[in-house]
Amino acid sequence: MLATNSSVIELENLQKIYHAGEVEIRAVDGVSLRIGRGEFVAIMGSSGSGKSTLMNTLGCLDQPTTGRYLLKGVDVAKLTRSELSQLRNQKIGFVFQSFNLLSRTTARENVELPLFYTNPHVPMRERQQRAIECLKKVGLGDRIHNHPNQLSGGQQQRVAIARALVNEPELVLADEPTGNLDTRTSIEVMELFKSLNDGGITIVMVTHEPDIAAYCKRIIVMRDGQVIRDEPNHSRLLAIEQMAQLS
Amino acid sequence: MKLLPMFTASVIKTALTTMIAFSALRRNKLRSTLTALGIIIGVASVITIMAIGRGTQQRIQDQISSLGSNLLIVFSKSRRDNATASVNHESSNLTIQDVEAIRREISSVKAVSPEVAQNVQALANGRNSMTTIVGVSPDYLRIRDWRLTSGSMFTERELRNAARVAVIGSQTARELFGPIDPVGQSVRIKNMPFTIIGLLESKGAGMGGANQDNRLIIPYTTAMRQLTGDEYPSLVMLQIRSAEFMSAAEEQITALLRQRHRLSDGRKNDFEIVNQKEIADTVENITSMITYLLGGIAGLSLLVGGIGIMNIMLVNVTERTREIGTRIAIGARPSDILLQFLIESITLSLIGGSAGVGLGYAASAACSMIPNFHPIVSTGSVILAFGISFAIGVFFGFYPARRAAHMNPIAALRFE
Ligand SMILES: Nc1ncnc2c1ncn2[C@@H]1O[C@H](COP(=O)(O)OP(=O)(O)O)[C@@H](O)[C@H]1O
Ligand SMILES: [Mg+2]
Repeated sequence: MLATNSSVIELENLQKIYHAGEVEIRAVDGVSLRIGRGEFVAIMGSSGSGKSTLMNTLGCLDQPTTGRYLLKGVDVAKLTRSELSQLRNQKIGFVFQSFNLLSRTTARENVELPLFYTNPHVPMRERQQRAIECLKKVGLGDRIHNHPNQLSGGQQQRVAIARALVNEPELVLADEPTGNLDTRTSIEVMELFKSLNDGGITIVMVTHEPDIAAYCKRIIVMRDGQVIRDEPNHSRLLAIEQMAQLS
Repeated sequence: MKLLPMFTASVIKTALTTMIAFSALRRNKLRSTLTALGIIIGVASVITIMAIGRGTQQRIQDQISSLGSNLLIVFSKSRRDNATASVNHESSNLTIQDVEAIRREISSVKAVSPEVAQNVQALANGRNSMTTIVGVSPDYLRIRDWRLTSGSMFTERELRNAARVAVIGSQTARELFGPIDPVGQSVRIKNMPFTIIGLLESKGAGMGGANQDNRLIIPYTTAMRQLTGDEYPSLVMLQIRSAEFMSAAEEQITALLRQRHRLSDGRKNDFEIVNQKEIADTVENITSMITYLLGGIAGLSLLVGGIGIMNIMLVNVTERTREIGTRIAIGARPSDILLQFLIESITLSLIGGSAGVGLGYAASAACSMIPNFHPIVSTGSVILAFGISFAIGVFFGFYPARRAAHMNPIAALRFE
């Protein structure tokens, strides 16, 4: 069990089956994985291959049909709903393709949001300070009072990343975080992820684009709910350099 | 031991959730206002109607109590019912002897006075005034709880002597003598001079709105023998020692009068006794019934307001599906979401409730400018209004809030 201690994620024969009428859809079909601390993983694969379903399970938003999921050695299936909420709140940061920021709410208030649900209670002053710190970390220290509609797509996604970071999670899950961004802002966001990962945060992200996946240290490819390839990204540093020149 | 931190935590939680709910309402000011409008109008109309009802009730009660306290009034039936007046005239009338018998024999009677009345023209100082002479006994003012601002009431001796003395009502005094004290002055009624010995304090309108300050109160002996020619008093007023003896006294008087009028067992009373408390109770019952009925009808608009809140909360929940999904993803529990939307709807209806109370006060104040309307906004109805608003917020907010709380976060995050 020593290995478990340093792994953030351990999946054993994970399966998620949906029933659409008569038809049985195996969205995730027997995935076994181990993701260690400090990894930076890209999950690739064509549309419908089960990437989002896998991510939702990793994020404890969904329960697998069969199989086991250990998050930091804890069997997630044994936790209550309320414990799962706290787990998502404190151990996992979510970044979505469509940002999902609250409109008519400032950047700082958006970043503060997870802290409202943190147990034990985080005092207001601390909430605000931590939100501002995180916004500075993503390079938006001068935009704390802006509303989402006053920010560009890349900036909005950086606010969302700050929100994912505000509770200092060990794991950041990002489902197509650059899907709504142009190449240049995608590179900005990936540079940010890279620096977070350099700081020790484990990142698992879904992407379609090989250029984006190139930033990651490990690339997993799925098809029909199964992992068909799982290998380290040897050409990473070279690719990053080339990408940096692009922008 | 663990209770206090748990309590503190839930207070903090509620406060935080309230803040979240407030900011959501602020983001949609116009919609929040329009939604609250139903509650505002409902609460305002309930409060105004209750205020008008209470005001009317108070006014009627004031008029009833202006008669005096612990009062019984005995009417003779033939007097009240003119159609049967000629039948059996002699035996069906109350007499002065009846009055004396009541005074002598019924111990709980504290004061008694017959009453005869007639409208006359009074002359003094070359001025005249239409007034009502009321022939009574010296006890009359005590029975009616009526005080003098100057002078004194006539005495038993003046009553026995049928003296031409009068106690004057404030309005009649003003009409005849202007601002000067009328005590000691003389007034002519049907060419007979009367000396004014007392001035009554102003009493305002009595039951049925009759002016009570337009009076000349004189001994009944003088009135019956010299002015009206009546043989019988039209009614007898009695004051009972205390409220608890009222019904016993009523029974005793009935027995006494039946005996004196020689009514055999099968026959109906030829007189009628009216109990002041009974009138007051009846009037109170009727007016509060009407008030609650109208208040209830106005309350129906609160129901409409509540449905409005439910409707807008459902729209809110649907519109904010992604927000709900995001909140759940970042750590909100279903109970947090439930509480958030519940507090939103409660806040909405309480804001509506307070605005409604304000509007209700304003409408009541406006109504008090209408003659004979004197609305009284009671604390009770304000508390009731707030309570109902709160209940509406909970009741009509619960279903939308539950819907939000039970959303599947994955579906919610995918929602377009
Ligand atoms: N709630 C659901 N009900 C039924 N089928 C679903 C549901 N969610 C996903 N699926 C199906 O599962 C498969 C995997 O979907 P998804 O994980 O979203 O793929 P990806 O993210 O790789 O495009 C698809 O065939 C999809 O239609
Ligand atoms: Mg997907």
